Amino acid sequence: MENEESITDRQVSRRAILGAGAAAGLVTMMPTEGYAAGFSKAANVKGTISALFMKQAGYSDTDVAKMTADFKKVYPNVTVKTEFVAYEALHDKIVTSALAHTYDVVLIDVIWPAEFGSKKMVVDITNRWPASWTNDMLGGAVATAVYNKHYYGIPWILDTKYFFYNTEHMAKAKVDEASLDTWDGVMKAASAIKKAGLVKYPLAWSWTQSESMLCDYMQLLGAFGGQFLDASGKPAFNKGGGVQALEFMRKSIVDGLTDPVSTATAAEDDVRKMFSAGQISMGLNWTYMWAMANDPKQSKVAGKMKVLQTPAGPGGKRPGINGSMALSMSSGTKNPEAAWAYMSFLTSQKEQNAVAMDSLPVWKSSYTDPVVVKTSPAVVAQAKKELNDMILRPQVTKYNAMSLVIQAEVSKALIGQKTPQKALDDAATKAAAVLNA
Amino acid sequence: MIEEKRNVLERFKSSGRFRGEGILAFALILPSLLVVGWIILYPILRTFWMSFFDIESPLPGSYPFVGLHNYFAAFKSSDFRMVTEHSLYFTFVSTFFELTLGILIALLLNSPLKFRGFWRSIVVIPWALPTIVNGALWKWIYNGNYGVLNELLHVFHLGGQGHNWLGSPFEALNMVIIADIWKNTSLVVFFILAGLQTIPSDLYEAAKVDGSTPIKSFWNITIPLLVPSIMVVVILRTIDAFKVFDIIYIMTKGGPASGTQTISFYTYQQTFSNEYFGYGSALAYLIVIFTLVIAWFYIKLLRQGTLEGVS
Repeated sequence: MENEESITDRQVSRRAILGAGAAAGLVTMMPTEGYAAGFSKAANVKGTISALFMKQAGYSDTDVAKMTADFKKVYPNVTVKTEFVAYEALHDKIVTSALAHTYDVVLIDVIWPAEFGSKKMVVDITNRWPASWTNDMLGGAVATAVYNKHYYGIPWILDTKYFFYNTEHMAKAKVDEASLDTWDGVMKAASAIKKAGLVKYPLAWSWTQSESMLCDYMQLLGAFGGQFLDASGKPAFNKGGGVQALEFMRKSIVDGLTDPVSTATAAEDDVRKMFSAGQISMGLNWTYMWAMANDPKQSKVAGKMKVLQTPAGPGGKRPGINGSMALSMSSGTKNPEAAWAYMSFLTSQKEQNAVAMDSLPVWKSSYTDPVVVKTSPAVVAQAKKELNDMILRPQVTKYNAMSLVIQAEVSKALIGQKTPQKALDDAATKAAAVLNA
Repeated sequence: MIEEKRNVLERFKSSGRFRGEGILAFALILPSLLVVGWIILYPILRTFWMSFFDIESPLPGSYPFVGLHNYFAAFKSSDFRMVTEHSLYFTFVSTFFELTLGILIALLLNSPLKFRGFWRSIVVIPWALPTIVNGALWKWIYNGNYGVLNELLHVFHLGGQGHNWLGSPFEALNMVIIADIWKNTSLVVFFILAGLQTIPSDLYEAAKVDGSTPIKSFWNITIPLLVPSIMVVVILRTIDAFKVFDIIYIMTKGGPASGTQTISFYTYQQTFSNEYFGYGSALAYLIVIFTLVIAWFYIKLLRQGTLEGVS
């Protein structure tokens, strides 16, 4: 988080000096500033572009189709072809299509700007980035597409993992809901629920061997005061809070509080389904879970659930994992103006506010906009707190390779093959080898 | 007579007509040659070339030549050894059970059953299902919370309640193998059934007259005459099983604790997730070499068996 702030602050001053003239020119193209102003220029933007998105519950296919239809009204001479793939396939699809220049606009995860930016697979848009955006967007959002002080995309999805719980289970087990403010309180609540026989396992997590497991681990590492990489860029997760976080995770399995399916095949959507079925009492998940688990058509716990900021660790820290994503321009695009117009349109405040129920906007002022707040008052209240304190996974060019070796070792600790300390020491050795290779 | 034919052929070859037809024939196959060359030969040669470079991006550029470093790196890697072991285990166990079950089911379907055509057609269903569907299906069957397997075991008082079949590394590997066996045994059945139908019934009748029991006939007539079919299907299944990827991707993503990572899954991750294209190319060639070695071993083994059968 410190890193995010320093980048953002430096960027503000740099942009303040350099950007005023450029921003004035660009602003007419920004739908954020009003469609009417940009419309005369919009008519000059022509051609066909392809965009790659993630198939998800946040910004769904329907949301993107609606946004694209709105775009078409403002930019009648631009045709947009959209394609959706699962998150697991998104990175590899971008990589395999890079040489063929299949897509003009691609959705990238917060962990990829370093990789794609350094390899020039996506365009450095620093020169197009208006200075006002840095102040108008939330800090965590701005950091989404920054690498080495350059911008490689426009933040679009701003997300972190919140804590959801079943209020009925808490009441029946006589758990004070205020105790869920800390992880220690969560474990005590889980024990009480288990003892009361309400569910076999009160907790479930996204701990299948994948990036989702690392997101949960990072969020807990932050809560326990750990550090992922030290100031010199070397792995530091095998010390202090990093180890305590993994010990905490393993203990929850050993104590029978976490459903063992978590380490087998469970990812975020499995947690949502288990929670919606009333099979578990608590869990961490992205924003989208609120709307789906609170929908009586697809959930047994609708109206019997609440959402909280992620619980605090022993030292009171409680950063949420930065799970944001950005729209980037592929370096092979033949139509950068149309690509830029589409990216900036979809990320505009008006478009984001319109579908705030599914995914919260990246713009600060949206959180005081009554229309946005009304869509999901419970989540917005927690988002205001959690989005100001997020933990960023390291922006290193070999993030994926490093993540894979850590995932394997964390998985070994979770199923009891290795102690947390041994697993993290081995992970640190392997991660250092990847980073130094 | 033969001499006369040869002379006619020679005269035809020396005539312009033959040359004209040759050119026409070549022109006709040229489009296919170009397509095959472009989409099969070029990538094969290109991948081989890439395996000698340290390429870490899909975009063109100048990448350092590293000789055989990528191949040595694979042999030095403990992860590579681990995934090779998983692949070999997967290959031998799945192929063995698919062959055994395939022969038994084919024998059953070759016998005079009622509704034989119906039984033969439903055997195709598992093989006709896309692997992605098969993987999702078995993932649900094995689920510890709502899986059918636990429910069945519970109904028959065999325990299994809440057991996570994909929860520990070795067990998960075996469970994925069962899913693979369920799907691919069908293919073995077809090959063996086709082989069984080519065996003349006179042989069995003659053997019966000579006092042979059905079991003796099976070992002395059926199996030796099935060897060509077995050889083909075993090689096909071995190659397929050794490069297994999709069912792993769907069911376990290589976990838990990398227990179900196979060589193809590892190669995919190294190549596309980590963008180690040079290393990934070397791994792809190692897969080819391993597959050829296994296939050669089988062919040798089965040829010996064929000769023994003949003698």
